[in-house]
Amino acid sequence: MSTVASPEELYCHNVLRPGNTNCAGCGMSIGLRWLDEALDGEKPTMVIPACCGIVTAGAFPTTAYGVPTAASTFASAAAVASGVSAVYALNGEPDVVVCWTGDGGTYDIGVATLSAAAERNDDILYICYDNEIYGNTGGQRSSATPELAVTSTTTKGKSERKKDMMAIMAGHRIPYAATLSVAHREDFLRKIRTARKTSGFRFLLTLSPCPTGWKSDPEESVDLIRHAVRSGLFPLYEIFDGIRYRLNERPDGTPVEEYVTRQRRYTKVPTDAAPLKSYIEDQWRYLDAMAKAFPMEGA
Amino acid sequence: MARAMETGNHAAGYALAVAGEANRDARGCACGAYPITPQSEIIEFLRGFDFTKGRVIPVESEHSAMAVCIGASLAGARAFTASSANGLAYMVENIFAAGFYRLPIVLIAVNRTLGPPWNIWVDQGDSLMLRDAALLQFYAESHQDLVDTILVAFRVGEDQRVLLPALVALDGFVTSHTQMVVDLPERELVDRYLPHCNIPHRLRGEHPATIGGLTWPRETEHHRVEIQEAMERVPQVLAEALDEFEHVFGRRPHGALSAEHTDDADTVLMACNTMVRTLRNVVTARRDKGERIGMINSKMFRPFPRQELLAAVSNAKRIGVLDRNHSPGSGGIFWQEVAATLQSRPDVIVQDYLVGLGGGDVTPEVIDEIIDDLNAREKAGEPVWKEVAA
Ligand SMILES: Cc1ncc(C[n+]2csc(CCOP(=O)(O)OP(=O)(O)O)c2C)c(N)n1
Ligand code: SF4
Repeated sequence: MSTVASPEELYCHNVLRPGNTNCAGCGMSIGLRWLDEALDGEKPTMVIPACCGIVTAGAFPTTAYGVPTAASTFASAAAVASGVSAVYALNGEPDVVVCWTGDGGTYDIGVATLSAAAERNDDILYICYDNEIYGNTGGQRSSATPELAVTSTTTKGKSERKKDMMAIMAGHRIPYAATLSVAHREDFLRKIRTARKTSGFRFLLTLSPCPTGWKSDPEESVDLIRHAVRSGLFPLYEIFDGIRYRLNERPDGTPVEEYVTRQRRYTKVPTDAAPLKSYIEDQWRYLDAMAKAFPMEGA
Repeated sequence: MARAMETGNHAAGYALAVAGEANRDARGCACGAYPITPQSEIIEFLRGFDFTKGRVIPVESEHSAMAVCIGASLAGARAFTASSANGLAYMVENIFAAGFYRLPIVLIAVNRTLGPPWNIWVDQGDSLMLRDAALLQFYAESHQDLVDTILVAFRVGEDQRVLLPALVALDGFVTSHTQMVVDLPERELVDRYLPHCNIPHRLRGEHPATIGGLTWPRETEHHRVEIQEAMERVPQVLAEALDEFEHVFGRRPHGALSAEHTDDADTVLMACNTMVRTLRNVVTARRDKGERIGMINSKMFRPFPRQELLAAVSNAKRIGVLDRNHSPGSGGIFWQEVAATLQSRPDVIVQDYLVGLGGGDVTPEVIDEIIDDLNAREKAGEPVWKEVAA
């Protein structure tokens, strides 16, 4: 059996193709590739609002996306996807409609539209690659920016905590929501496949390393996310029907400092990282309580 | 034809629904729906309509109503929605996007005053705010004109030579909430009149294009030129659409601009929507008394029918424009178009009258006063605020 594939065979119909403009070490490069892999050859229709995710396509008439892709206005990804998905359903077409959006388009300007599509339980696979800033416009704060992180609009470190988007989505009682890590490949693929098999509104959140905004070394991107998961800062979990919780991995004692000290956006964090530690503690108290009260059977 | 007593809103809802139905053997239809006074009955009607192959999606805002239409249209369906005033303002970003994507979405505008302060009565400042979008704009003078124009708007917007969204405006309350006898076109005839909606650039698995990504200045310029060229093809496409309408339905809706008694007229008044009908009565009465007066129903605002206007006023000495809208710091928006069109005719007095803003009742008496003012003028002046009784 021949094992060498031509670049065309390898890439032409991939979701994200070579030649895209992602920065080195960008979490999107891994996330989009794994999305592709988990879909097992199926070609999604992508809806992407204004964000790095559409800039990466490059300028007309070229595009780095190898699947049908609609670039929506900043606040409209979920609603555009609702329209596409409704018409696919009317025509008996099984194609999966994927929203690929930044945290700005999800937590901030797009949150009403997202909420409405979730409440209607429209048949959409919504993925937020959360780099915790507005990357495309030069690295301003969003409501996903963590406490104390320096951005171009929080030069003294952000004074508010990160918004809990998973809890908000759970409140919509959607069939499936999960957090995904680009340092946990099998878990990432499994969650995309679970989401694909589920119908209705599915929300996936991946912490997406952004060396440009996080002021980190591109080659450390995956390690950083591993530390975020192990320290408990970015928990991996799933929520079924908005109410039943399954926690996938517990903190293993990795100090959050391992994560913080390797990103220059965290220069305002005190050396003992106390505010982040109390954030982690609160977050896990909440998740443990939920998982205890509403466990997902078979968890 | 089914003759019925209908409100403007129900007539509009019916026209949208049967247009959507006419695409059932193709990719169906969809609507993003969000209420606002005085539009609400339109989306209520559509939500209650039993589509063979269509979805009316209740959204959380007008911005998303148009976004749903964009998604549906990108997926190849016939798409439509409706709004008014602040709803249209909220929708603006996606109306521009729909035009730039070249999607022939039909948007009903039930004209209402923008606020705050809140005022639900008719004023055309809301739809005219959209004048710089890639959007056809029609203004309907009656319930019948409304129904017919909606069908025409689908046919023209979806024509492969045009592929642009189209707005059809009606007066809030004066048309939307009053009843008139209307011929509601039978579905079989609408099926005949409207070809299947074909979005040549729709999302397709086998042709993975990216729609709406980045462009550089040169491509942007080409894109805008193409939109302008599409606009320039509208008069021809509209003429064909009206011929076909007459052929299928046995009556002919108004065209882009209809001139009445302008051949011998020194004084010509111009208006749109229901003001046209009051104006017609006044003009008829004055002509009966021997005055050389005529009028223009300026039904189409985009593309603006410059050639038709120039032809219609070739013998005029004075033109009075009734503007139920106001562009602060300038004047009436129709007047700006007329004045720009008549630059080649410095001999003609072009006078603007801001009238009926915020829903003021434009009575025959008010129009008579305007005509007297116009007839007494030696030259044009600043736009005149013509106050009306509350
Ligand atoms: C209505 C509107 N407001 C502002 C912008 C400018 N803008 C484009 S992308 C963006 C930020 C995107 O941030 P995010 O969604 O986090 O994605 P990222 O760029 O980080 O990938 C902003 C503010 C816009 N395109 N549209
Ligand atoms: S700025 Fe950040 S999110 Fe945007 S492409 Fe670069 S690394 Fe990726």
